[in-house]
Amino acid sequence: MLHKTIFALALAAVATVGQAQTAPAPAPAPVQTPAPVQTPAPTGPTDPQQQGELVVDVVGGVSAPLGIAIPVMPTAEIVNTPAGRTDVLGEQLAQIVTGDLRNSGLFKPLDSGVKPIPYPEVTAPTFDYWGPAGAAALVQGFIRANGDGTLTVGCYLYDVFSRRELARQGFVVAPADWRRAGHKCADMVYSKLTGEGPYFDSRVAYVSETGPKGKRIKRLALMDQDGENHTFLTNGQAIALTPRFSPDQRAIVYMSYLDDRPAIYVYDIASKRQRMLVPNTNLTFAPRVSPDGRWVLFSMAIGGNTDVYRVALGGGTPQRLTDSPGIDTGGTYSPDGGRIVFESDRSGTQQLYVMNADGSQQQRISFGNGRYATPVWSPRGNLIAFTKLAGSFRIGVMSPAGGNEQLLTDGAQDEGPSWSPNGRVLMFFRSTGGGSGRADLWSVDLTGVNLRHVSTPLDGSDPGWGPLRP
Amino acid sequence: MAKLTTALLLATTLVVAGCAKKPPAYIPPAPGNVPANPGNGFAPGSRGDFERSVTSNTVNFALDSFTLEERARAILDSQATWLTRYPNVPVSLEGHCDERGTREYNLALGDRRALAAKNYLAARGVAPGRISTISYGKERPIALGSDEASWAQNRRAVTIVLN
Repeated sequence: MLHKTIFALALAAVATVGQAQTAPAPAPAPVQTPAPVQTPAPTGPTDPQQQGELVVDVVGGVSAPLGIAIPVMPTAEIVNTPAGRTDVLGEQLAQIVTGDLRNSGLFKPLDSGVKPIPYPEVTAPTFDYWGPAGAAALVQGFIRANGDGTLTVGCYLYDVFSRRELARQGFVVAPADWRRAGHKCADMVYSKLTGEGPYFDSRVAYVSETGPKGKRIKRLALMDQDGENHTFLTNGQAIALTPRFSPDQRAIVYMSYLDDRPAIYVYDIASKRQRMLVPNTNLTFAPRVSPDGRWVLFSMAIGGNTDVYRVALGGGTPQRLTDSPGIDTGGTYSPDGGRIVFESDRSGTQQLYVMNADGSQQQRISFGNGRYATPVWSPRGNLIAFTKLAGSFRIGVMSPAGGNEQLLTDGAQDEGPSWSPNGRVLMFFRSTGGGSGRADLWSVDLTGVNLRHVSTPLDGSDPGWGPLRP
Repeated sequence: MAKLTTALLLATTLVVAGCAKKPPAYIPPAPGNVPANPGNGFAPGSRGDFERSVTSNTVNFALDSFTLEERARAILDSQATWLTRYPNVPVSLEGHCDERGTREYNLALGDRRALAAKNYLAARGVAPGRISTISYGKERPIALGSDEASWAQNRRAVTIVLN
């Protein structure tokens, strides 16, 4: 329930027809302020190198994060809404944008000197103030409660030194979705300045853990990418493992020990109901939904032999795709759905293999020292992330052809990477050894920098990062 | 310690017996004629009776292996003897792994361990229909350390009497 509104402005070349048609509010720009008339048409993210334009270098890692100021988003009128008072929401929205941009590792939001701005200043920034304050970029916005119960959040990005507006978007949200407007604003800023795809407005399904190592309680849980809006989806009576979103984000496939029958379930988020994916007595596990949402790749053990199968998300007869006598598991589709990467111990140890979606042309791609597991194809298609087992467990990436292996983490027990929707960040879980054996969620940039702990209410494992929300 | 020695001696005896002849034919005892196990204090055919009567309810495995080694086979022989005595008692075989494998791989490996034990018991005359299997992968360690001794204990298949 989130509409992107394009401001009714002749120069707003960012408008896309499909979205503009759904825009319910004709002119969400602050009414007391004249819209800027000399704003050049924002350029698309494909040509960030245009002369003099502000750009964040994302290729060489994060050597110098960009200084950016995100003042509190003012409101023209303080209104009580189901999400809270609009002036309070304006503070929180600025915090969401600040948190997202800081967590990306590519931005350095100002910690001090961020002055409050009056409502009319949203579209008329005081560039002379922000430059000396240390900001190369400036994000200003506003929040307004609409008569129909929705909220409008406006979001503007400015280049402080060239004194230009770089991008603007407005979002009309139901009160329950107010945080998403902040993430969408941060996504606009991130995409415009880095040229990368957005990822902040997304969710993570994962396994919440608590209790002693030998009798750990594992519950399916769901949260926003930044850890907010956290909910438990199962009660912990049965072990829950390895959740993954369906592309339409309506369902989560995961494994449960319900009734002492370890099997894959399809959990419907809206109805909170679930069904067994393949109702038989065999062990089924490692579910992954295809990019078109039609199929689930999974593993099934029959007579001691584990192979990769696919079955329609709605159920049906599984189709076997591998037939080696070893353990074939962890099958994951390429973003175009044409190929599958999986792990197999057919050579004697766990290694990575790719094959066509029909199971043909199986080919080993990992040849380094140690074992390789849990492959995940990047949403961009150009990398495969994995867990490397060589004394310790570490997260790494390699090309789909098998070259250019690079390890990104150096923990003792890092496992189970999951890509952000834009293929820029990997979330995984890190276990501590010994009697506690606790696990928690971490993320790392694909260049191996910006290693971050992801805060969860309890311990956490098995992150499954969902797609960008529409 | 004395008990362990006894168990080892018993295991050795059983191994010799197991190697010396074919597994006994499956002969269900006549109803009401089940021999009691004097002294162990558990109802004949119960889980407690099983665990007191057999060498162990657990067999262990080498790293990343589901091969039943000599000691494991001896333990399973003792279980098969008991299970043959109580042919109506269903059991579950739980397969477990240590924490040095990835989660999903360990689910498959635990399944292989449970199945290896099940197949061995079946070859010793226990009807396979009585034996269900369940893999816990690395989700239920019995020893909580991160050291060789703990890992060795966690690589296991456990026979649980279901009654």
